[in-house]
Amino acid sequence: MKLTIQINEGPYQHQSADTAYFFAKAALEKGHEIFRIFFYHDGVNNGTRLTTPPQDDRNIVNRWTELAQAHNIDMVLCVAAAQRRGLVDDGEAQRNGKDATNIAPGFRISGLGQLIEGGVQSDRLIVFGD
Amino acid sequence: MSETKKFMYVNRKAPYGTIYAWESLEVVLIGAAFEQDVSLAFLDDGVFQLTKGQNTAGIGMKNFSPTYAALGDYEVNKIYVDRDSLEERGLTLDDLQHLVWEDEDEDYAEKDSIRLVTRAEMADVLAEQDVLFNF
Repeated sequence: MKLTIQINEGPYQHQSADTAYFFAKAALEKGHEIFRIFFYHDGVNNGTRLTTPPQDDRNIVNRWTELAQAHNIDMVLCVAAAQRRGLVDDGEAQRNGKDATNIAPGFRISGLGQLIEGGVQSDRLIVFGD
Repeated sequence: MSETKKFMYVNRKAPYGTIYAWESLEVVLIGAAFEQDVSLAFLDDGVFQLTKGQNTAGIGMKNFSPTYAALGDYEVNKIYVDRDSLEERGLTLDDLQHLVWEDEDEDYAEKDSIRLVTRAEMADVLAEQDVLFNF
């Protein structure tokens, strides 16, 4: 089955990002295809490479990057949500005159159309978080 | 993308305490360009999103409620409101914005977009959908 996953909560405060990760991993192990993972609302905070959790804790951001790279998954941060919350890639830094970037490898910033397209193209859209 | 799916946006939260209502509306507006069969549902505190006369001057936030009136122009004209959620909050249909759309097939006759439904009817509407977004 072809899946699009939407994640609406940031890392660490809520379990949603963890649950979504384990769901994605399990779905891939079962042979399902992940068309896209779309991060919305505070979910965009899953895509900052500047996170530094304690060494004995899970690194949620790196975990996403590794999963995406291992399975060639398209991971998208909503541009409007990202701009509000300070998630920046090279293009956004240039467009909005920011002095730094913080997007983690494997993530890209794009529009809400990518979420709608995910809903259209996939057999199921699965939403994690409030 | 020639396939048309039934898209439903479920709105359950009050408009300004969290960003979900506004970021839901942003998805609806962007999604309108994809020519899918779109419905919106408002239940629980989500019914407050549609109340008329919103004034956000005291909280320093943008009043985005006028945007709902534009939904008809985006061919978003199936807006289901849970009657019980209204009643539980002391609201009636008269407390909500009068949302309308123009029916091209009937000489642009103005029609109501809001449909008051019971919880059982809402469950049926939700069960018919292909894609559900929850906000």
